[in-house]
Amino acid sequence: MLEAIGLRSPEDLFDSIPQDLRLQRPLNTPAALSEIELLERFEQMAARNPAARRVSFMGGGAYSHYIPTIVDHLLSRSEFFTAYTPYQPEISQGTLQTIFEFQTLVCQLTGLEVANASMYDGSTALAEAVLMAERVTKRSKAIASTAAHPQYLEVVRTYVQHAGIHLEVVPFDERTGQSWKLLAEAVDNETAALVVQSPNFFGCIEDVSALADAAHAKGALLVVVITEAMSLGLLKSPGACGADIVVAEGQSFGVPLSFGGPYLGLFATREKYARQIPGRLVGEAYDKQGRRGFVLTLATREQHIRREKATSNICTNEGLIALAATVYLETMGRRGVQEAAYQCAQKAAYAARAIAKVKGYSLPFSGPCFNEFVVRGPTKAVELLARLGKEKEIDGGIALSQFMPDRPNDFLVCVTETNSRAQIDSLVEDLSTI
Amino acid sequence: MTTGITKVTKHISPNEQLIFERSQTGRIGYRLPALDVDESTLDIPAEFRRDDDLEGMPEVSEVDVIRHFIRMSTWNYSIDLGMYPLGSCTMKYNSRLNERVARIAGFANLHPLTGEQDAQGALQVIYELQQHLAEITGLPGISLQPAAGAHGEMTGIMIIRAFLDARDGAAASHRRTMLIPDSAHGTNPASAHLSGFSVKTIKSTAEGLTDLDHLRELCAHGEVAGLMLTNPNTLGLFERNIKQICEIVHEAGGLVYMDGANMNALVGVARPGDMGVDVIHLNLHKTFSTPHGGGGPGSGPCCCTKELEPFLPVPRIVKSNESTFRLDYDQPRSIGRVKAFFGNYGMMLRALAYTLTHGNDGLREATEAAVLNARYIAAGLVDDYDKPFAGAPMHEVVFTDKRQSRKGVHTLDIAKRLIDYGFHPMTIYFPLIVQGAMLIEPTESVGRQELDQFIDAMKSIASEAVEDPELVLNAPHDTRIGRLDEATAARKPVLRWKP
Repeated sequence: MLEAIGLRSPEDLFDSIPQDLRLQRPLNTPAALSEIELLERFEQMAARNPAARRVSFMGGGAYSHYIPTIVDHLLSRSEFFTAYTPYQPEISQGTLQTIFEFQTLVCQLTGLEVANASMYDGSTALAEAVLMAERVTKRSKAIASTAAHPQYLEVVRTYVQHAGIHLEVVPFDERTGQSWKLLAEAVDNETAALVVQSPNFFGCIEDVSALADAAHAKGALLVVVITEAMSLGLLKSPGACGADIVVAEGQSFGVPLSFGGPYLGLFATREKYARQIPGRLVGEAYDKQGRRGFVLTLATREQHIRREKATSNICTNEGLIALAATVYLETMGRRGVQEAAYQCAQKAAYAARAIAKVKGYSLPFSGPCFNEFVVRGPTKAVELLARLGKEKEIDGGIALSQFMPDRPNDFLVCVTETNSRAQIDSLVEDLSTI
Repeated sequence: MTTGITKVTKHISPNEQLIFERSQTGRIGYRLPALDVDESTLDIPAEFRRDDDLEGMPEVSEVDVIRHFIRMSTWNYSIDLGMYPLGSCTMKYNSRLNERVARIAGFANLHPLTGEQDAQGALQVIYELQQHLAEITGLPGISLQPAAGAHGEMTGIMIIRAFLDARDGAAASHRRTMLIPDSAHGTNPASAHLSGFSVKTIKSTAEGLTDLDHLRELCAHGEVAGLMLTNPNTLGLFERNIKQICEIVHEAGGLVYMDGANMNALVGVARPGDMGVDVIHLNLHKTFSTPHGGGGPGSGPCCCTKELEPFLPVPRIVKSNESTFRLDYDQPRSIGRVKAFFGNYGMMLRALAYTLTHGNDGLREATEAAVLNARYIAAGLVDDYDKPFAGAPMHEVVFTDKRQSRKGVHTLDIAKRLIDYGFHPMTIYFPLIVQGAMLIEPTESVGRQELDQFIDAMKSIASEAVEDPELVLNAPHDTRIGRLDEATAARKPVLRWKP
């Protein structure tokens, strides 16, 4: 082939790179491994992650839920996972119709009218929601509370630091673990976005309807963020409560934990704001013969057309993970999503009741919970949880001290439909004996 | 034709409806274990609970779901079906072995808030990949947190801003201009805007390279924060003056950001760090073969010089001793976190597997093959299509529809006709500075036979454009649907199914 194009050696291919800029030595990376060697290496590294084998009660933005076998089977189809962004609709209808169904499912769950094709994850979706609220309201203040996921707040801070948006963070009620009253009091005529996470980082459900009224009375948008999307199977949809933008982490819908990613940002809003939404949108379209198909649409919002005036810089999103969530939601369906959510709530309530009865343990917050709740232990949570892991092979939750140093004994416990009664009972037993 | 090109045929099952239209009340496709705890009255007040019974969500069986998606899958073109020469997208083969690695239970079931002592293997993967990417780019500071190219870009530009603010103090507020060539990806100006910069556009020369005189002129004003440059640029040409470009920007007090979208032309051959570049993002879903998945997930690591390292996102993943790794949050000058947890971890596993199975010589070989394939196409099509730049292309080559448009056949038509020949079209109408651009990137994942077939198909279309333009104008002919009315779709958007 080199000869066919008139070259003599592979080095000639790089003639346009000045000699002094070319690497004159081999890369200092390892020599090639065979399949057998490679798998052995990765298995060895995987063995150094003992937590992956334990019974777990960890949540806090990443959840262990049941994943039907067909989810991974379908997303492993070459036609889906080795395709690009559907720029040529005539040969991308599989991807496009899937996204259209995904958008519909997100609308149904959130109770809103328009949803996009996905964002990177819940945290970046929240940051984009705040930026969008600024565009819609032309105001530059966002208000959130310390009961939102600490890492989500960090991401919002990073995103808005150069956008002229001020992020104000109000505290939560120490008695209930909720923040909605303090948030409602903080909203003013300069607020672009009133941000509430519900269920919040402590698992407590906030009064979203009250916040919608408070936000709208001052001309602000209510942004609801959800880290545990399974809660949508049981709790009133944020749209029905009056939210203007709903963002969520969709990992609960058929996506493995995978040490934090790839996950799936859900983004939904009211129809009147459709042209302000970030990211890709798929819409219905027809060909000359009247056959229905789907296309990427309203692209004039996007970076490849609008450049610096685009609604976001996002291009590649989480297409394959949106497919996983679509397969999950269609397989579980109307009944399954509600049953899984109900089981989560029942099992968490059972676990909370039992733990509260153990000597030395209490539940510091009185607000209603979905499937996560805070437990106050008799000793430092970090040490307690480390011992539980090591001695009992149970990950009992997340120590809050890593985010809130003033709460040394508190930890966040999460229960899902995958935790059996026997597992819950042994957690309770281990807490009382350790 | 000697390559035996024939047209594709229609699909077996063209009429699969939306799942919502298949739904039947009462159908179920799942089973959970029976609730095994004592049921209680939940303390969630009724006004906080759903009262719509999720009406409208599908009720289908498992086999319904399987058939639904398998049928839809047959409507997609994919790398596994054939050549996917989308310029600037690097559609290379996605190894099944890498998929298997990402599914190893010890990684797939690992919670991201696991204590570092119980996730040493996971942190080791991140650390090792960081080391390899540092070697490949020649830039030692690395964060794998960004989730995609544009996200890595935003991270890089925010790092430049934080560096300038630290260096210049209040004076940095006058340095808020980002220079971007007219051939750049749209994400570049969008990311610059997100970081609070205004954008000035640099012209390209007739040769297709950055105009040095224009660059000097723009740099003379003193407010330049930096330059965002893709190299090889989006015309597939290596910016041979890159060293001088970096010097001009540095002398003006700015920094150079390189868009790494086209790194597939450079791995093992040349390193941005050796060229004077300060910060770059990589696309693991391009250069390092992690699957595109119909639009993500991506992964957009940000690599920078030692000087910029303190500004990278937290946490950093560092080594405490020979075999122990830890998370380092103690970085007071960091721009902050750009994503929850650690980034798209599953993509890092695949990219590390790619790097290790290729080995150092294999990485370079892949680059050579990618460039050779693009050159071969350039040589094969130059007699039939207008090639606007004479320079030897790297891993991708741009042609235009100049000759065909005389007969009314345009780039879009040529692209659609390629579908009839069984190929995915190239990137079209990008870069914006080339009228009727067709940007072709074959990658290393095609052999000579398939390249010959592609060239024959393009030549055949070129003659059809002369002899029977209608045939091309009405393409594609054999897909499940024809060209869709995108204008109406945008005017009256229908973005969800309704009963």
